[in-house]
Amino acid sequence: MTGRFLFRLFWSALTLLGTALLTFLLVNVVPGDVARVIAGPKASPQVLEEIRQRYHLHEPLWKRAGYHFRQLAAGDLGHSFVTDQPVAEAIRARLPTTAALTVTAVVMWMLLAVPLGVSTAKYRGSWFDRSTLVLATLSLSLPAFWLARLLQYWLAYKLGWFPVAGFLGFAHLLLPAATLALLYVGYYARLIHAHMIEVLDSPYIRSARAQGTPERVVLFKHGLRNALIPVVTILGMDVAGLLGGVMFTENVFALPGIGTLAVQSVFNLDVPVIMGTVLFSAFLVVAANLVVDLLYRWIDPRLR
Amino acid sequence: MNLLEIQNLKVHFPVPRGLFGRAREFVRAVDGVSLTIAPGETVGLVGESGCGKTTLGRAVIKLIEPTAGRIIFEGEDIARLKGAELRARRRRFQMIFQDPYGSLDPRLTVGDIIGEALDIHRLTPQPGARRQRIEALLKDVGLDWSQAERYPHEFSGGQRQRIGIARALAVEPRLIVCDEPVSALDVSVQAQIINLLQDLQHEHGIAYLFVAHDLAVVEHISRRILVMYLGRIVEAGPAKTVCRSPQHPYTQALLSAVPVVDPDSKRKRILLKGDVPSPIHPPAGCPFHPRCPVAEPRCQTETPPLRETQPGRWTACHLVKAENELRAETHRRDSLSP
Amino acid sequence: MSAAAALDRSGMSEKGAMRREALWRNRLVLAGSSLVLLLVLAAWLAPFGVKAKWLRNPIQQMSAGLDADGMPLPPGRQFLAGTDNFGRDVLSRVLHGTRVSLTVGVAAMLVATIIGVWIGMLAGYWGGKMDLLLMRFTEMNMTLPAILLAVALAGVMDGRVVHLHPAAWPWHGLDLQLKRGMVSLFLIIGLVCWPGMGRVIRGQVLAVKAREFVQASRALGASDTRLILRHILPNILPTVLVVAVMLTANAILLEAGLGYLGVGVPPPAPTWGSMLYEGQAYFISAPHLVMVPGAAIVLTVLAFNLLGQGLQEWFDPTRERRR
Repeated sequence: MTGRFLFRLFWSALTLLGTALLTFLLVNVVPGDVARVIAGPKASPQVLEEIRQRYHLHEPLWKRAGYHFRQLAAGDLGHSFVTDQPVAEAIRARLPTTAALTVTAVVMWMLLAVPLGVSTAKYRGSWFDRSTLVLATLSLSLPAFWLARLLQYWLAYKLGWFPVAGFLGFAHLLLPAATLALLYVGYYARLIHAHMIEVLDSPYIRSARAQGTPERVVLFKHGLRNALIPVVTILGMDVAGLLGGVMFTENVFALPGIGTLAVQSVFNLDVPVIMGTVLFSAFLVVAANLVVDLLYRWIDPRLR
Repeated sequence: MNLLEIQNLKVHFPVPRGLFGRAREFVRAVDGVSLTIAPGETVGLVGESGCGKTTLGRAVIKLIEPTAGRIIFEGEDIARLKGAELRARRRRFQMIFQDPYGSLDPRLTVGDIIGEALDIHRLTPQPGARRQRIEALLKDVGLDWSQAERYPHEFSGGQRQRIGIARALAVEPRLIVCDEPVSALDVSVQAQIINLLQDLQHEHGIAYLFVAHDLAVVEHISRRILVMYLGRIVEAGPAKTVCRSPQHPYTQALLSAVPVVDPDSKRKRILLKGDVPSPIHPPAGCPFHPRCPVAEPRCQTETPPLRETQPGRWTACHLVKAENELRAETHRRDSLSP
Repeated sequence: MSAAAALDRSGMSEKGAMRREALWRNRLVLAGSSLVLLLVLAAWLAPFGVKAKWLRNPIQQMSAGLDADGMPLPPGRQFLAGTDNFGRDVLSRVLHGTRVSLTVGVAAMLVATIIGVWIGMLAGYWGGKMDLLLMRFTEMNMTLPAILLAVALAGVMDGRVVHLHPAAWPWHGLDLQLKRGMVSLFLIIGLVCWPGMGRVIRGQVLAVKAREFVQASRALGASDTRLILRHILPNILPTVLVVAVMLTANAILLEAGLGYLGVGVPPPAPTWGSMLYEGQAYFISAPHLVMVPGAAIVLTVLAFNLLGQGLQEWFDPTRERRR
């Protein structure tokens, strides 16, 4: 178990290092003026020269990589080009908001997806299952920025059920979280459905039914528990994909989270912040994968 | 001269473990096997599942890389051959697979499945020759040209096995490894396929290495039989002799499991204790000793070599000394049983 | 041939016909493919519509396109889908946007499919160290959020990618100068989207490789190239098709997202993402500026997703219909 953990930790660190290298190369190896890439097309000549000094752009690539990784090792993600705020600090300040939003959203869509997935697996092929499939596909096809605007317009502005934007308390999280939940509920409902079907077709479920086990126990104790294991794994791996939705949703509802930071940095072509958020989300994904992997081993007795 | 001579063949699979996936342990699937096959001869290879007989069969025709040992085919060692050189030699030895459903590509027509070998080795470059050859091959195995345009899923298990045989025949091989070719088929179809294989052997003079777990089938078709246990040959000899008077306790146990039609048969079922030990950690001494009904203390420490106990008969057992003694003993035991 | 075998065979060919019928009857495939066909038709006909004068120019500001206060017009008799803040016809812009979305979506899908199939095949077929290395590389790519990586790539590639088509080439059927051409855009999206395909293909290749007919061909002396092209690839093609169709949906969604963030095909080209971005400032007074392009995105992405879902069920009918 400890050997396995060390092994995973080693690979996680390696993946993260590779990702950092990838992003570094992305900015530094492409032909052309790196200073301009960092500063964006709007920067003045003095600014460009200043950047060259600050980022050691006169020095060879391997030395620059050395500086870069030494900085990263110290937790320094560079400074925003627009506000000059350290990127790491900006991310840290915004993390609680994003975390609260994400957790609320995950709870919301799992509360919806689990019953949907289980019941459509139980009554597979029925009218109910087919229409849920179409609705799930629709949920998969919604652009986050559009759905967020739509809900904001109808439920907040027109009907006044929710605050329109900003972040003053939990109530302000409800509509953004609902947006995210609607975006992901379809995918997870189908995922649970697919794994439930696989489990329900297995001999041990058949024998449980043959023994006269109550259907409720069959579905939830034997079925769902086994079907949820792969779902949890995917949930962990999906953090990167989730960030795309979080980004747009936060921006529309003006929540001061990492997503808004990312969108603003894109609008301002603030490359250090873009890179910082990319690296940070990579870190989140790797960490989530590690946790899920360990959790998996704990849930699934075959792997213990 | 022998068609095939295998000397001390070993196939060890690494068990990936540890931090960098480095193998520290090995599955000794085949652990030092020697055998010979003469041209046109059928040699049966029997053993329980997991004894390494399938691995041995596949290693012989180089579908699996052997770890050590020599595979001398028609006077040439092919154990280390690779790439184009090996591919060119593959014409000479073929395989018939166990699973008639998995061994035919579902996306190709039967004609293309059989014709693939012709295409690979450019055996029929003349126009029209490919068709003629495929037609002849289909006829050889009891099918006809009208079925060449169909897909494998349109055939029954027995028919599929015939297609697999036609494919193997296409390159005119000298040796065919038959990997349990009938064990996935209905009993009524098994005999047809066995007969077909024998007819083809008489016609083309092909040698077979016939891998099976069913001794009755192997006895029927083989001239010689090899009994394998845990990656080693434990007994070898002429088919009739091995089946009538087995020497190794393992062979005796195997034979006692074969159902006998004669209701007055006095043969006693020998039940083996326990399971086949892990081939990662084979037992010290004789690999069979933990399950052997007659094991002695020295069986736990000394590995018995495969010795010639009679002319043409080989057994790896400390307890087998001379044929007369053993025969007398078996006789006595048989007469005592009710 | 025996009567039983004849009966057996007739049953088999009946199965083939049933399969074809099942495709026809699969309402998901039907709905998805007809929607996709409709969109392709709209994309293809839009420039002809402008020439034939039954559609307005998508980048021309109409003289009657704004009301007295200079605000966009809502949908009405004259402008079926209203006008935007520059007084341009929203209907024409949305229809022309179909061209951008479909070209970028399909081209990006092709890029991602080529990379994904290639890497998945290498990893799955050769295994060992190659597999380990390639799968780590794939995972690294998966840890990066697609949209942010695409944005970063777009920023880096800006103005530096060689345009494979001359800038003056009427890509939209309109003479538009494309500073950041669609070429760099679909390359970026393709480069971001391939890991999913790579992983699926690797798994499929591993599964097919283990089947005995591959061993049989190897025993016949087939080369690696032959095994891959003749046996493995045809057997994973259904999966490639399903994933590719769903990948197109994702690519179109990503293209819209990039357009929304202002790093897509630059204005005044009509793309759904940029229309949404420009329109959202007027959301309260002119909601159609958000509703119409958004609905177009949803419809297009939904069309491809439905088609993919339907194809998956058709290729693997046991999964959904088994009872």
